[in-house]
Amino acid sequence: MRLIQWVTDPWGQHVPAHIAWGLIWVAVIFAMLFMILHALYVAFVSGPRAFAKNTAPMAESDIPEHVPRHSLAARLFHWIMAASMLTLLVTAFLPKMGVRFNWVLYHWIAGVVLTISILFHVIHSSFFLDFWSIWPDRIDLRDAISRSLRFFGKRAPAPRRFAKYPLENKFYHLVIVIAGLAVIGTGLFMMKRIETPIFSRNPYLFSDMTWGLMYVLHGLAGVGLIALVIVHIYMGVRPEKLPITKSMIFGWMSRDFYLEEHDPERWVLDKRNADKPASSRGKRGYAPSDAD
Amino acid sequence: MAVFRDVMPAFDLLQPDSVAEATRLLDQNGAGAWIMAGGLDSFDWLKDRIKKPQVLVDLSGIGELKGIRVSSDGVEIGAMTTLTEIADHPAIQKNYSVLSDAVSVVASPQIRNQGTLGGNVSQDTRCWYYRGGWPCYRAGGNICYADTPVGRNREHAIFGADRCVAVHPSDSAPALIALDAKFVIRSAKGERTVDAEDYFIGPDVDITRLNILGPGDLLTAIRIPAAWSGAKFYFEKIRDRNVWDFPLMNVASAMEVNGGSISRIRIAASAVAPRPMRLRNVEDAVTGKPANASTGEMAGNLAVQGAVPLQFNGYKIPLMRNLVKRAIAGAPEAA
Ligand SMILES: Cc1cc2nc3c(=O)[nH]c(=O)nc-3n(C[C@H](O)[C@H](O)[C@H](O)COP(=O)(O)OP(=O)(O)OC[C@H]3O[C@@H](n4cnc5c(N)ncnc54)[C@H](O)[C@@H]3O)c2cc1C
Ligand code: HEM
Ligand code: SF4
Repeated sequence: MRLIQWVTDPWGQHVPAHIAWGLIWVAVIFAMLFMILHALYVAFVSGPRAFAKNTAPMAESDIPEHVPRHSLAARLFHWIMAASMLTLLVTAFLPKMGVRFNWVLYHWIAGVVLTISILFHVIHSSFFLDFWSIWPDRIDLRDAISRSLRFFGKRAPAPRRFAKYPLENKFYHLVIVIAGLAVIGTGLFMMKRIETPIFSRNPYLFSDMTWGLMYVLHGLAGVGLIALVIVHIYMGVRPEKLPITKSMIFGWMSRDFYLEEHDPERWVLDKRNADKPASSRGKRGYAPSDAD
Repeated sequence: MAVFRDVMPAFDLLQPDSVAEATRLLDQNGAGAWIMAGGLDSFDWLKDRIKKPQVLVDLSGIGELKGIRVSSDGVEIGAMTTLTEIADHPAIQKNYSVLSDAVSVVASPQIRNQGTLGGNVSQDTRCWYYRGGWPCYRAGGNICYADTPVGRNREHAIFGADRCVAVHPSDSAPALIALDAKFVIRSAKGERTVDAEDYFIGPDVDITRLNILGPGDLLTAIRIPAAWSGAKFYFEKIRDRNVWDFPLMNVASAMEVNGGSISRIRIAASAVAPRPMRLRNVEDAVTGKPANASTGEMAGNLAVQGAVPLQFNGYKIPLMRNLVKRAIAGAPEAA
């Protein structure tokens, strides 16, 4: 299968035009396979999770029943981003599958909403939240190695419980950052190709080759996002992950879930704010450290 | 890109003799099939080797698709009826003259003898970048060559553009919209009927097609209801060469005037937008008003509201204003 559709431009140059739309199905099949394999793995292979004992100084009674996790602003961002992302996926790919509607209009509007919401998120998480809480750290990597060794029956120390975000979430965030920035970066330039009230049209801004590569990068990141979003939704509705999903709706998770999955030393609750919604400025490692 | 004007690419020639057989063949071959009626547009694409179908379904042997059937409900015109037959048909000349007027100024007598009504409403746009084989949006690329500061866009759209600024070139289409015609489409799934204006689609909905037909669809007939029989009709076409040429613009209307006032009207224009355009705002505004010069003036001004001219087609705005004005108030008598 060809990955890219090529055309010959008026100057006789062979240039890329779009991705091959068959890649949509590759992404869907990849996501399906991932879900099936993951579900089988959880059901039949992975045993109960073993963590090292918590050594947190915080007494259990200090931990509120509702542990604040996502501030209202962070939750609003997440759901606005999710709505625009789903709109972008639907408007981009349904027409390629033969469903006819005026997709470009809805697509670029959703693209602008996504861009603004991501811009807000970058500023919010850099200056008002714990920026580093979503990036993998040394303990995450060490624990991942321990977990792998133990899975294969090797001796290794029990991994610690997670900080605010499990390593899988951090990796997911990393990949979606790359794909998201790719569609936004290229999408903003592609708006110069079409008529919008935001930019004046200039289809000659780049050479045919540069434009072609831009369309291809936009498309590749776009189909990547099909798989990423399907997998994200699947994870969000898995029973063992529901408390995390609910925390993105209500802003908190239960004390039991917090103690079961998280290490109070790695995700330190700010005692002063523990009973308040997680909206105030957080120090590194403290509760109000939304980054997704 | 290179345009070869020698022999056509190889394809299988299928020649069904019934609509049922044609729809079966179209269903079997899906997107790989090309329907051929009179061949005037089809052969352009094939000889230039720009479209390369696997099979060609030639409709010329299907008797059911030919001819004009007049009844008390109106007229049914088979998709394979030639433009000359329509132009010369007495019932159409008498009761639906907007259509006979429109098709009688299509191209040249030879083209009208060969060209069919189904082909005329289903023909592709004449934008030369596209027809020259340039890889523009409509051809599956990612750019419009006409909508640029130096693009040759004198013939292009002033309304309804969405990345592609090409216009629909048909002369019969606005007349059929004015007559509230219904297009009958057959496929393996059955028959469906759509209003004339809904047969055409713009680039916002599908940038690679001018009409709603998908793989497997066959336009079998066009039905003109008796509702507008004998109304006051208007058709005017402006072109570069009056001997034969595609329209720079045309306007068609069907109007009923009672006691000097317009009681109902349908009006449409082609070559102004990627799809033939029904002017609903004009219809609403003039209904109930006297059919005179001042209503015409108002209608003309209304018709061009929201027009977006390109670099070289600004002239289309006064042209449209005047044609719409004449549709309502009548053309001034020649001195
Ligand atoms: C030099 C020239 C000048 C012209 N000038 C004018 C003009 O001034 N005004 C004007 O209106 N037209 C003009 N035309 C268009 C012409 O009148 C024909 O109507 C048009 O070219 C196609 O008609 P056709 O019967 O030859 O169809 P074809 O060329 O065989 O088909 C045209 C298209 O319609 C599709 N098609 C045809 N019939 C059906 C059907 N029954 N169901 C589904 N799809 C179908 C075909 O697949 C093809 O895509 C001109 C054409 C030429 C070549
Ligand atoms: C989930 C995110 C996104 C996905 C999946 C996506 C997907 C796509 C796809 C598949 C196309 C067709 C490309 C082609 O023709 O080769 C497209 C076109 C387009 N996208 Fe996106 N996109 C996304 C985000 C964005 C964003 C954020 C913007 C703007 C800021 C944007 C702006 C555009 C524009 C303007 C076009 C039309 C270009 C044209 O037809 O010339 N997209 N998008
Ligand atoms: S106007 Fe339409 S058909 Fe012509 S070059 Fe532009 S995209 Fe292609």
